[in-house]
Amino acid sequence: MKSPARSPWHPAEIGFSSRLALADWGYGARLFLRLMWPGYALLRRPRLVTDQIHYMGNYSLAIIVVSGTFVGFVLALQGYYTLQRYGSSEALGLLVALSLVRELGPVIAALLFAGRAGTSLTAEIGLMKAGEQLSAMEMMAVDPVRRILAPRFWGAVIAMPLLAAIFSAMGILGGWLVGVVMIGVDAGAFWSQMQSGVDVWADVGNGVLKSVIFGLAISFIALLQGFVAQPTPEGVSLATTRTVVLASLTVLALDFVLTALMFSI
Amino acid sequence: MERSKNDVWVGLFVLLGVLALVFLALKSANLLSFQWATTYQVSARFDNIGGLKPKAPVKASGVVVGHIDTIRFDDKSYQAQVMLRMDQRYAFPKDSTLKILTSGLLGEQYIGIEAGAEAVNLVEGDTISQTQSAVVLENLISQFLYSKAADGPANGSSK
Repeated sequence: MKSPARSPWHPAEIGFSSRLALADWGYGARLFLRLMWPGYALLRRPRLVTDQIHYMGNYSLAIIVVSGTFVGFVLALQGYYTLQRYGSSEALGLLVALSLVRELGPVIAALLFAGRAGTSLTAEIGLMKAGEQLSAMEMMAVDPVRRILAPRFWGAVIAMPLLAAIFSAMGILGGWLVGVVMIGVDAGAFWSQMQSGVDVWADVGNGVLKSVIFGLAISFIALLQGFVAQPTPEGVSLATTRTVVLASLTVLALDFVLTALMFSI
Repeated sequence: MERSKNDVWVGLFVLLGVLALVFLALKSANLLSFQWATTYQVSARFDNIGGLKPKAPVKASGVVVGHIDTIRFDDKSYQAQVMLRMDQRYAFPKDSTLKILTSGLLGEQYIGIEAGAEAVNLVEGDTISQTQSAVVLENLISQFLYSKAADGPANGSSK
């Protein structure tokens, strides 16, 4: 037992807490490797993954489609306001498409996904742990990482880029609706500027790559938080909150790093 | 493998995602536009290409008839060598003229092609010799100033 009077800046305390943090990191890295290595079990039972895609992908569709459309609306309105000052409002299509495909599509879809699906993953795993279902599985020699966590992980990783692509496509349609139909930008210029300025691999491909990486990050954070949550009601609620905060911050930080790597010339 | 009622919805979701990707690739990035039309390649040399970029359109009377393939600097003639991919549907005489133009005041630069009078048409690998460089604002201003200076005093005194 450590003495209660010791200050948290005491060298022994710092050493103790940094050792704990290191152990947490190591545990997380080990879990990540085990998730990344799904083994043949998942290939033999793809049903587990498709059920998760259904749960996380299909049920997230409504929020993704609606917010994508509205982000497109707003982009077109704001973009038009700025562009028409410089007499180049026909570049609106390019502005909407590039900002959606490169940044907003992957990032906002990832933030929404963290809130919509990440939290439910954490809460589900945390409650399974609280109800000792995971221990029960281990008693039956069923590996909960393989049976419960891995399908959820891969379901989220598959669903995330699809959702981001749907978000971007809906945003471009929304931008078209406001820019061309409502404001009256020339439709031909809208699409042709977009087509001459957007590159398939450099822009669309890197956007997809971003969303795959975001999917990996979000689902890993959500699963880890659920898996290490205190098996109490407070513990599960804390883990759920932490999932949203950590996943959102990770997505934004990763986005900066990825953008710097991909688009800096 | 057992079937479940979720299958069709998962399939629909994946289909929707793939459709969105295809939409992004085709409609916004125009992936297939170059491969669809058969093209022939011609080259041209410019003294100065200004801000011309690869993939910029080649237009005749404002209609897109081709795209710029590559731009490189030729250190033998000290000129820019521009390769053009022209749409096979459109034929132009061998003595056609190329101009680097700008769409609008601040717009993108593109190449305008004006048909010549010769009976023989351009074919794959030809070189267009009559070209007009991009207008460089600094040169234009200095020309203007020189011509102003040349006939300056007479005009100035008459005012």
